[in-house]
Amino acid sequence: MMTLLNRKKRRVDELAESAGTSLAADALRRMARSPVAIIGAVIVLLFAALSVVAPFIAPKDPYRRYPELVDGLRADFIPGPMPGFLLGSDELGRDFFSRLLVGAQQSLFVGVGATLIGLVLGMLIGGAAGAFGGWVDSWLMRFTDIMLSIPSLLLAISIAALASRGSQTTVIIAVAVTTVPIFARLLRGAMLAQRHSDHVLAATALGVKRRTIVFRHMLPNSLGPVIVQATLTLATAIIEAASLSFLGLGDPDPDRAEWGLMLGNSQRWIDVRPELAFYPAIAIIIVALGFTLLGESLREALDPKNRR
Amino acid sequence: MLRFIVRRLFQAIPTLLVLSLLVFIWLRSLPGGPAGALLGDKATPEKIDALNKVLGLDQPLFIQYFKFLGRVLTGDFGSSLISGEPVLAEIGRALPATIELSLAALLFAIVLGIPLGYMAASYRGRFLDNATVIGTLVGVAVPVFFLGILLKQVFAQDLALFPPSGRQDVTIEATRVTNFAVLDGLLTQEWDASADALWHLVLPAIALGTIPLAVIVRITRASVLDVLNEDFVRTANAKGLQAPIVRRRHVLRNAMLPVSTTIGLQTGLLLGGAVLTERVFVWGGLGSLLAQGIERRDYPRLQALLLLAAVVYVLVNLLVDVSYAIIDPRVRTS
Repeated sequence: MMTLLNRKKRRVDELAESAGTSLAADALRRMARSPVAIIGAVIVLLFAALSVVAPFIAPKDPYRRYPELVDGLRADFIPGPMPGFLLGSDELGRDFFSRLLVGAQQSLFVGVGATLIGLVLGMLIGGAAGAFGGWVDSWLMRFTDIMLSIPSLLLAISIAALASRGSQTTVIIAVAVTTVPIFARLLRGAMLAQRHSDHVLAATALGVKRRTIVFRHMLPNSLGPVIVQATLTLATAIIEAASLSFLGLGDPDPDRAEWGLMLGNSQRWIDVRPELAFYPAIAIIIVALGFTLLGESLREALDPKNRR
Repeated sequence: MLRFIVRRLFQAIPTLLVLSLLVFIWLRSLPGGPAGALLGDKATPEKIDALNKVLGLDQPLFIQYFKFLGRVLTGDFGSSLISGEPVLAEIGRALPATIELSLAALLFAIVLGIPLGYMAASYRGRFLDNATVIGTLVGVAVPVFFLGILLKQVFAQDLALFPPSGRQDVTIEATRVTNFAVLDGLLTQEWDASADALWHLVLPAIALGTIPLAVIVRITRASVLDVLNEDFVRTANAKGLQAPIVRRRHVLRNAMLPVSTTIGLQTGLLLGGAVLTERVFVWGGLGSLLAQGIERRDYPRLQALLLLAAVVYVLVNLLVDVSYAIIDPRVRTS
């Protein structure tokens, strides 16, 4: 009996605590308590910081070839770590560690670029479908259904293959397109769910203009799942971009320090220097994991079921 | 039930039609158009014009589209630029390899995933559960091709437990019946051929199956947790029904709905992962055709593969809906 009473008291305290806080503040507060969210956030912040400072802290010029590293050695030998070259050389005699650092910038650029483009296009489509409903909605959604009916990597491949020569831009566009239908469907679903909700009905009854209802009431309340998806998409976008590079659809420029490309090139040397494959792969995994952890904990924090 | 299936089949037709239109537009937006793509390096404006006439590309677009549709429906996808062979014949030969690999990967994911997800849910919050959840998060963050490279390096090169590449040892002279290496061995009673093919399947199947495994575990866990909180489970337990029966009839059956959707979705996505896995393990299936087609910009081949992937995806989704109707009779009427 006592415990039940205590539990009730605690519940009331918690309600009082959360009263007056917005959903966003409430979610942030809950995320600050979750170890998963903190780990994810730390990884993402470190990654972002690294990609900004990478060119300045890289000990060597990542694009310069040091002939003294590979000259006079057997063709199938790549020197490992040595003073001044923390992780040794890559297959062309460049400082592997510096290239790995600069690769963070490339991955972040591609991941954020693709996600942002996909997000904007998807929100335009999903927002229009959710705001207008009717035939606009059914046509736009039929369109997204069809995009979703091709496996995303295949869709990305077919778009990237349209360019006669791969480049970073084609990779970004190809990955972005695959994310459009997901964002569109999510936003549309969230907005439709609000159409008949009390606050929209109330606003309509008060004679608030349609445009105001859509932009002030329906859209802001639908952003939660979209933000979660955007965070998770950053992870998949980075992996997908790396996959395209691996398949030879990325920028063929051998100077570019990109984790997927480094991983693809390393396959030929895997018996000689497996680290050349290992480090870029670990980098991709950690970054993808960081965004996934952050996204998942964000989803949990925004879920009203968990709100107390 | 039959009416349900027929209705869903008809619903898939407009999707496929629009899809064919998209592929048609895709072909038209290639650099130099389809003629330029066909001619490749040998393309000159005069040659493109001449070929356009031959291919009927100087006709109005909608007539071109209907002709394209007619060819597609009769299975005429043209000839591969690389081998000069009809694309459909190439695909027919490579398809069994990819189906075999995908089935093995899917089997690995389902057989391991559903029990793991169920166990994680039953031990919610305990060590087993936490470890499983972390494992699934890492599982989806690992690029398929890296997992392939890693497995190959460790288990094929360093430990020499499994073959590093290919579908069957070259020294085995297997009789080809269906081009499914494992099945052929069984049909012709060449047991060593079957065993060897299975042996070759292990690493690629694990590489390809890990992401579906992670996803299936997560969905099963979440779905079982949802069902465990349902009133009918509490009732079943309260009235003293034996635990295994509650588990099978009440929990698992109801929890399987989202799981079957996920399995369907993952099956459709496998083709994407197969491209990468096949490349690492030199598998010789559709993925290899595709990878080679990309490198050489073999558009007739790419177009056929793209359409095929979409048709498979739509059919898999259809199967998922049908399995829904079998698991949950309420779906049939709605």
